[in-house]
Amino acid sequence: MTATATSARSDLSELGRSETALRTFLHGLPGVDQVGAEQRAAQLGTRSIKTTAKAQAIDLAISMVDLTTLEGADTPGKVRALAAKALRPDPADPSCPHVGAVCVYPSMVPHVADVLRGSAVHLASVATSFPSGQAPLEIKLADTRAAVEAGADEIDMVINRGAFLAGRYSEVYDEIVATKQACGDAHLKVILETGELATYDNVRRASWLAMLAGGDFIKTSTGKVPVAATLPVTLVMLEAVRDFRAATGRQVGVKPAGGIRTTKDAIKYLVMVNEVVGPDWLHPDWFRFGASSLLNDLLMQRTKLTTGVYAGPDYFTLD
Amino acid sequence: MFEYAPAPESRSVVDLKPSYGLFIDGKFVDPADGSGFKSINPASEEVLAEVAEGGAQDVDRAVRAARRAYEKVWGPMPGRDRAKYLFRIARIIQERSRELAVLESLDNGKPIKESRDVDLPLVAAHFFYYAGWADKLPHAGFGPDPKPIGVAGQVIPWNFPLLMLAWKIAPALAAGNTVVLKPAETTPLTALLFAEICQQADLPAGVVNIVTGAGETGRALVEHDGVDKVAFTGSTDVGRAIARAVAGSRKKLTLELGGKAANIVFDDAPVDQAVEGIVNGIFFNQGHVCCAGSRLLIQESVADRVLESLKRRMAQLRVGDPLDKNTDIGAINSAAQLARIKELSDAGSAEGAERWSPPCELPDRGFWFAPTIFTGVTQAHRIAREEIFGPVLSVLTFRTPAEAVEKANNTPYGLSAGIWTEKGSRILWMADRLRAGVVWANTFNKFDPTSPFGGYKESGYGREGGRHGLEAYLNV
Amino acid sequence: MSERVAVRKTYKLFIGGKFPRSESGRSYLVQDSNVSLASRKDARDAVVAARAAVKGWAGATAYNRGQILYRVAEMLEGRREQFVGLGVPADEVDAATDRWVWYAGWSDKLPQVYGGANPVAGPYFNLSSPEPTGVVAVVAPETPALLGLVSVIAPAIVTGNTVVVAASPSAPLAAVTLAEVLATSDLPGGVVNILTGRLSETVPTLAAHMDVNAIDLTGVTDPEVAADLEVKAAENLKRVLRPVPTDHDWSADPGLTRMTALLETKTVWHPKGA
Repeated sequence: MTATATSARSDLSELGRSETALRTFLHGLPGVDQVGAEQRAAQLGTRSIKTTAKAQAIDLAISMVDLTTLEGADTPGKVRALAAKALRPDPADPSCPHVGAVCVYPSMVPHVADVLRGSAVHLASVATSFPSGQAPLEIKLADTRAAVEAGADEIDMVINRGAFLAGRYSEVYDEIVATKQACGDAHLKVILETGELATYDNVRRASWLAMLAGGDFIKTSTGKVPVAATLPVTLVMLEAVRDFRAATGRQVGVKPAGGIRTTKDAIKYLVMVNEVVGPDWLHPDWFRFGASSLLNDLLMQRTKLTTGVYAGPDYFTLD
Repeated sequence: MFEYAPAPESRSVVDLKPSYGLFIDGKFVDPADGSGFKSINPASEEVLAEVAEGGAQDVDRAVRAARRAYEKVWGPMPGRDRAKYLFRIARIIQERSRELAVLESLDNGKPIKESRDVDLPLVAAHFFYYAGWADKLPHAGFGPDPKPIGVAGQVIPWNFPLLMLAWKIAPALAAGNTVVLKPAETTPLTALLFAEICQQADLPAGVVNIVTGAGETGRALVEHDGVDKVAFTGSTDVGRAIARAVAGSRKKLTLELGGKAANIVFDDAPVDQAVEGIVNGIFFNQGHVCCAGSRLLIQESVADRVLESLKRRMAQLRVGDPLDKNTDIGAINSAAQLARIKELSDAGSAEGAERWSPPCELPDRGFWFAPTIFTGVTQAHRIAREEIFGPVLSVLTFRTPAEAVEKANNTPYGLSAGIWTEKGSRILWMADRLRAGVVWANTFNKFDPTSPFGGYKESGYGREGGRHGLEAYLNV
Repeated sequence: MSERVAVRKTYKLFIGGKFPRSESGRSYLVQDSNVSLASRKDARDAVVAARAAVKGWAGATAYNRGQILYRVAEMLEGRREQFVGLGVPADEVDAATDRWVWYAGWSDKLPQVYGGANPVAGPYFNLSSPEPTGVVAVVAPETPALLGLVSVIAPAIVTGNTVVVAASPSAPLAAVTLAEVLATSDLPGGVVNILTGRLSETVPTLAAHMDVNAIDLTGVTDPEVAADLEVKAAENLKRVLRPVPTDHDWSADPGLTRMTALLETKTVWHPKGA
């Protein structure tokens, strides 16, 4: 459709060197019609996932949860308990999968690392002066390095929305490149804060910008602004990772975060992944839910499916 | 892989009788000569019910009942009371919408998600909309005291059985006419359930009469001397025959006929939404849509990319059991229609177009056709000129906006068209030049009771929907 | 001194803005004048001229069409005595002039009265506007020669249609003289084409012609002929205006229906999103 399709792979890697090239490229991406995108998302939301498909979806969703706490009131005790739950979400049922990762502030990383050590659950830390990102670059990079050194193997950074909205794409790009470097071997998730980008055209551009700069995942939201993940925003981001892989051969993951609280919601996202980007992304390596209360609802629904009886919240741990 | 388990809508909500009579003068009655036919489920070929075949005598009886009701009850009734009956009907349709949706899918073959989310909401909305006009006719712009025409003879197609009934009956009744309606022979059942709804609403006898049957029944109705107004939706050939049949009579005529709409995609289109629009344009309701976007015109510079996206998207379409809530494409309505689709598709291949369908397993029983696109099509191909009325898309390319307009208009039809571009002034430039009654820009196949619908040229005349839709049923 | 010998007028057809003789070379006598007897081929030529004029006329601004129709009224007013000389009553000429003025004003008002925004239940801009149907064949009423003719031409063209008119066979002089008015009113050639002669020669051709979009049978008096023409018109689903009774009062308020019957409603949808 655009430069994305026709450019050879090598061309894309050069884009970051010039503000003009970057701008030309991002503004040449196909537009997103808001009404059409929202309708497509809504239609996917009407899929009816029942019985075996539902059981499969629930376990997959559990394995994709980035179990998250990002509060000023977080303490070592609180995050340790959360990490324990991540390892065994349903202590009564060993067949229940563990979650994808635990996601905390950098200062909490060592406490979580103690609990997760030796497990397959990843340890994600927000960094780069989360959630606003309003700090000098050196501080953001130091924040990132500290989190990695403390044991995080995934970093959730925030982009500089002010620079993006002001059209200073190179600045945003360079920050992501620098953060990626600071991550070392840790995976970098780039939070676009789509609620502040406001339009789907911006979401598509920011997605491409984050991928071009080397992000391993693109993530919707911090959870700290009024509008967090939505189905249509995730749709646009999924289309972006699909088209990016077609253009470059590199696969990038997607993480909707914030506002996903029910099993029904989570299944709508999985249907969308299935039908928009296909089974290659139906794996915790490529799709995550940034959520906290979602896990208990998934567990309740899981129990309902196995026992046939509706569960109550008192039967699941609150951590 | 994430396989969706079957999610069938329950059919127990529908209580079908083994056989149905004709609905005349408020009662179900046997046809004069006792003949009937079977309505089957096109997805399984199972017989759903036996339905009466109305003959000339039955039509005459129905027209007389309608005349009586027009003169004695419905004509003299104040608009505000006609309105209340129509509101009542709208409400009952809403309350019984699941039942009607399931029955529509059983009898027609369309996916339940469409009958549930598109047909039925629009049916109820149509009755609500025209109910409100019944007592406001002096303000409709047709003079201070517009009068009904009298008895309307209405013949509707099988693609949207209940929705087409609503498009016909709601404005007719709002304007003060009474009706005799003939549903299509392959899809009579929701009309018969609608007859029960008329009884439930205590609609006065004879205001709505439903005479089931095939072409001969329709002909008897159209040619009946007691009919003052004829409304038909269906093929252009039958429309032509009806126009000849009413020639020289006093009968007022409106026709909604065939189409061969161009769906035009420019290089600056919002491509993901355009692909959705293409899919919706041709695969909605198995392509059994007169306004379907059956000719895709893509700007040559992006044709390969758009086709690649389209094929990827088509591979996601789920073809199968119409009652499964996850089905995107249901059954072809009849064996005859399937034969027609096959015949034209074979002609497409024979004429050198390249045919493609996604891998797709079709059920053994019933009438099925995989979603299909033809590339390398030119204006001269039959599949670019004739209405296929099935899930078959012909793809052509163009270079400039003027060429797109020229190709789009190069057809005897003129029902609808689609434009996909992010450039506002180009949309308006194109919309001005496209000879079509409905132009969807950056969307497709949208319908609303307030929005007039109808064609240019051989796609028919008159409009249904909106204030314009009243005109067909008023003596203006 | 001998009396001056008058210059007589030859009454010819009006096709594509020009005044050709019938290609058949035939004429007939009316009021001591030779009037062209149009052939089927003349009818066909007139349709070609009318079709060629559609793009420009339908594409002209409503304001421009209104100005031109008003100009027709001005020209007609100036030729009042000429029509009276042909036997048209003076008050009929006045009424015909006023009718042009009335229709001239509709050019930029009908789309507002007859179209508009539709409040659909969704995030869409939705607008219906009337558009001309295209080429209209018109059988002018036998009488009144001028007012009847104007009353069928003006409503057809004010919205952007072009017409091929079969003039009243018994009163063609007013029609050809009106053509002279039209030819001097900035009306683009081909918007109005006038055929004189026998209806039985030209009208069936027009009714069956596949490049004619609508037919106005107003002047057809024989019901069987009208029915036959309507059958012919069905071949390409022409919009049909049926004949009016011969005692029709042409001086009454014409209303909108002569205009709206020759219009298509086009409805354009567009999503509203940011």
